[in-house]
Amino acid sequence: MNTLRAIGAEALKLTSTRLWWVLALVMFIYVGFTSGLIGLLFGGLGEALGETGQTPAIPDEMLPPIVYSIATSIGYVFPVILGALATTSEVRHQTLTPTFLATPKRGAVLAGKIVALGGFGALFGVIALIASIGLGAAMLAIGGFDLGLADSDNWALAGRAVIAMALWAIIGVGLGALIPSQVAAIVVVVAFTQFVEPILRTAASVWEWAGEVGRFLPGAASDALVGASFYGAIGMGTATPLEWWQGGLVLLGIALLTTVVGYFTTWRRDVT
Amino acid sequence: MATSTTIEFRGLTKSFGSVHAVSDLSFTVEPGQVTGFLGPNGAGKTTTLRMLLGLVRPTSGTATFGGVAYRDLASPFETVGTALEASSFHPGRSARGHLAVYAAAAGIRKSRIDEALRLVGLETFADRRVGGYSLGMRQRLGLAFALLGDPRVLVLDEPVNGLDPEGIRWIRTFMREMASQGRTVLVSSHLLSEVQQSVDRLVIISRGRLMYEGTLAGLDTGSRVVVDAPDRDALEAALVQAGADVHVAGGALTVAGLSSAEVGAIAHRADVPLSQLAAENNRLEAAFLEIVGDTGLGGEAERA
Ligand SMILES: Nc1ncnc2c1ncn2[C@@H]1O[C@H](COP(=O)(O)OP(=O)(O)OP(=O)(O)O)[C@@H](O)[C@H]1O
Ligand SMILES: [Mg+2]
Repeated sequence: MNTLRAIGAEALKLTSTRLWWVLALVMFIYVGFTSGLIGLLFGGLGEALGETGQTPAIPDEMLPPIVYSIATSIGYVFPVILGALATTSEVRHQTLTPTFLATPKRGAVLAGKIVALGGFGALFGVIALIASIGLGAAMLAIGGFDLGLADSDNWALAGRAVIAMALWAIIGVGLGALIPSQVAAIVVVVAFTQFVEPILRTAASVWEWAGEVGRFLPGAASDALVGASFYGAIGMGTATPLEWWQGGLVLLGIALLTTVVGYFTTWRRDVT
Repeated sequence: MATSTTIEFRGLTKSFGSVHAVSDLSFTVEPGQVTGFLGPNGAGKTTTLRMLLGLVRPTSGTATFGGVAYRDLASPFETVGTALEASSFHPGRSARGHLAVYAAAAGIRKSRIDEALRLVGLETFADRRVGGYSLGMRQRLGLAFALLGDPRVLVLDEPVNGLDPEGIRWIRTFMREMASQGRTVLVSSHLLSEVQQSVDRLVIISRGRLMYEGTLAGLDTGSRVVVDAPDRDALEAALVQAGADVHVAGGALTVAGLSSAEVGAIAHRADVPLSQLAAENNRLEAAFLEIVGDTGLGGEAERA
């Protein structure tokens, strides 16, 4: 009962401020622009450039999944930020006080956040896919490619992308619980996703032993879950990525770990 | 409003590291009355109330509502309404949105949101984002939050802060009305004069310790009358002869234990014309300051 109400309240918290749709809009533009650009580069122009050997040759049937999965391979940072802000803004604006007054069982509040943010993460997944499939397919169409829209594999990929985005939002909740300072949490998210992990993944593609470890990096696991990746296509990936379900379990594990550790370290602290 | 509820503090203690914010506090707050919870800045009022509400974990001791801890209440908002001093609002959310979130979390029906907004006079600003609210409007929103569940107990931390005179009058009447309906009202302040007109009982703490618990009248250590005459010596002699306790203070005489009417009658009988006769009216505040130690931040918590 407590948790059910907490889920509803957490969803209301999200819809009653502008943050979620501003983030969703930025994500839509960013993902749409990138997908369109990649579709154009590898598709439309790739034909011409391919003859001069300037771009890596990608088999035609591989192109649509790579372009469509840009929804997650670059869009995943948005649900993480949404989730992290959902927890850290409570600390920043001191709304933990009314929140814990309304729901004194703090575990129920965190559970409510996980479910509500999981839902919003999935919604972000759908929005990002509309952008990547919409603009990506349009550009591929210009190049005269098969868009793969009749291919059930591509729709399965889209489904897994939605799951990945939901898990990323939950990871954000856990990170926010772990690092209650809003600025610190956002710096960690951006630094890790935009610098640390790309560098590590590049390093992982150089040495074999590093590749074994690198497969378990959250971004690599996410790509494995979705099943296709722009990074993989341009040679930044690992030799043998995880199975899609293994990637899903790694993400789920990270989500659970951050949330549980956050609960025991900061979530139960005195609210003064 | 079903049954009434008392608030019970038993040996409540809280240390933040080496700071003893609250030390072995025990007292009971009864329904049907307004109880003032007084102490200077840093005395431990907010810490005590936050322990009562399950927001701060006590080092030892308990604070309960008729024996039930806040976190174990079946329906917290219908039992206790809370307005704490910190303005805990997301600036990007409207007042209505703010109340809707917590009503949903606490299982309070939606129609109560508008009722609460109307009760505190915020209905015309309800859809404006809270970031643009004045301090007084935030205080009112805090009160609307407290009233969401039509609670049997009200816990208010410095609710008068930032309110205009009309708002102060309103909240005084409001607290009295709540108490007269049989509800329990606990209101904190660092100024006695702020709550003097509206409280029935007082609990005074200083440095985290209980200094006084009792009625407002009991705080008065006896009335004093300030009196003077052109012939001060004759007046003093007459008063002493009548058995009064007389002191010379501040260029006048202070008489303890007699009313101003009695002092006037004594002077009249002795045929001494008076130049001044007044009951000292700051006794309560003076007694309060005496209790808490009238030295700047006298109430600051003890350090180990
Ligand atoms: N989170 C905290 N960490 C360390 N010390 C704290 C913390 N919260 C409160 N204190 C200390 O505990 C003491 C009591 O503070 P509290 O806020 O309860 O006083 P108060 O009576 O509400 O004062 P005021 O009238 O200023 O609101 C103070 O010395 C304060 O510095
Ligand atoms: Mg205080």
